Amino acid sequence: MGEPLVVATQVNKWFGPLHVLKDVDLTVEKGEVVVVLGPSGSGKSTLCRTLNRLEPIDSGTIEIDGVALPDEGKALAKLRSDVGMVFQSFNLFAHKTVLQNVTLGPVKVRKVARQEARERGMKLLERVGIADKADRYPAELSGGQQQRAAIARALAMNPKVMLFDEPTSALDPEMIKEVLDVMLELAAEGTTMIVVSHEMGFARSAARKVAFMDEGRIVEVASPDRFFEDPQSARARDFLAKVLAH
Amino acid sequence: MRLVLDNADLYLAGMATTVALTLLSFSAALVIGTVVAAFRVSPVPPLRTAGTLWVETVRNTPLTVLMVLFFFGFTKLGIQYSAFTSAVIVLSAYTSTFVAETVRSGINSVAKGQAEAARSLGLTFPQVLVRVILPQAFRTVVAPLGSVFIALIKNSSIASVISVVDLTEVADRLNNDTARPVAVFLGAGMAYLLLTLPSGFLVGVLERRVAIKR
Repeated sequence: MGEPLVVATQVNKWFGPLHVLKDVDLTVEKGEVVVVLGPSGSGKSTLCRTLNRLEPIDSGTIEIDGVALPDEGKALAKLRSDVGMVFQSFNLFAHKTVLQNVTLGPVKVRKVARQEARERGMKLLERVGIADKADRYPAELSGGQQQRAAIARALAMNPKVMLFDEPTSALDPEMIKEVLDVMLELAAEGTTMIVVSHEMGFARSAARKVAFMDEGRIVEVASPDRFFEDPQSARARDFLAKVLAH
Repeated sequence: MRLVLDNADLYLAGMATTVALTLLSFSAALVIGTVVAAFRVSPVPPLRTAGTLWVETVRNTPLTVLMVLFFFGFTKLGIQYSAFTSAVIVLSAYTSTFVAETVRSGINSVAKGQAEAARSLGLTFPQVLVRVILPQAFRTVVAPLGSVFIALIKNSSIASVISVVDLTEVADRLNNDTARPVAVFLGAGMAYLLLTLPSGFLVGVLERRVAIKR
């Protein structure tokens, strides 16, 4: 159905002698939720970080909405403003309040008027359920609240696609749910999302596609039903046997 | 003690000059030093080289040598600044190298994720630096910047070699008149303490006020 929004073609990346991404092809269509699964060290976080060029690639191409990722500079900054990113460690700006975190991008990058940015920011904070924390500093919030603030910060740019790099890996189980609830809501609204995660439940209920990575390669791309019920590759079967054992 | 009190007006005038030298030079050094630190962490190689050259040449030359070379050297070239202006320029340049290195260490202490989050919002390199990195970097280097400030109060005494009438020059001249170096320079030393001790205290207050919770 939809048109392709993020297209990675034959992407290769090395960290020194380490070949971390091997001929990776990935297409994500508008409105699609793709969950990238795989064991630690399989390259899934790196793949996520190459999509907005936080990590440059050594060969291959990455296109966002038909535009190839530019080199460093203004053009790259502009493209990044259309790609929301949520990090494992939240990375909220420590010297700014939650609301200031959310309005910085719109005001400085999109040149939205301060008052308008604040009003929109408050709506986003309400949407992720932390409007009462707007004037607090990140360190005064729980991990789950911080991650929801980080999601609001990314959404404030009206991005074309949201990247989630293990968004719940640093959280307690109780807080995982509050973050996943927000993400499920986004998915239901048709947000294009690429989610690197270990949350099998989320992959099952929200993903349109699951991409399974191992040793720098995308080994298998399938619908979640098919992936979890009948994985095609031996490596995926092995992985699922381990993570679903308990 | 008598000698010092009798010449209190001279000492006070010298102190005023020392304070003026220090405040003007520190303000300029903060600006120059921050720009140089930004050069040294910038992704543009020529800027990094320029920043490094500035720091390594100016920092590694004795202040007295810089002071004399600038004041007399520029006069030879036909450019004449007053002794006071020359002293401010040289103290600013010299102190800027220490500010630059201090600020750079502050920049390096800011978690990498902060810059990544800022870049992924679409902020440009200068915006990332000004909006996200420097405000946090400065907070962590208040104490070492305070040390640079206190060093500058004392370094400003080198201005006396080009006859700026600061505290040290006042004492020097008084000593020439009275030949009582111990009394005269004890007075000067106490006057410097009147400037440096409160500065140290204020730095401590400032440090606690701007600290960010993590």
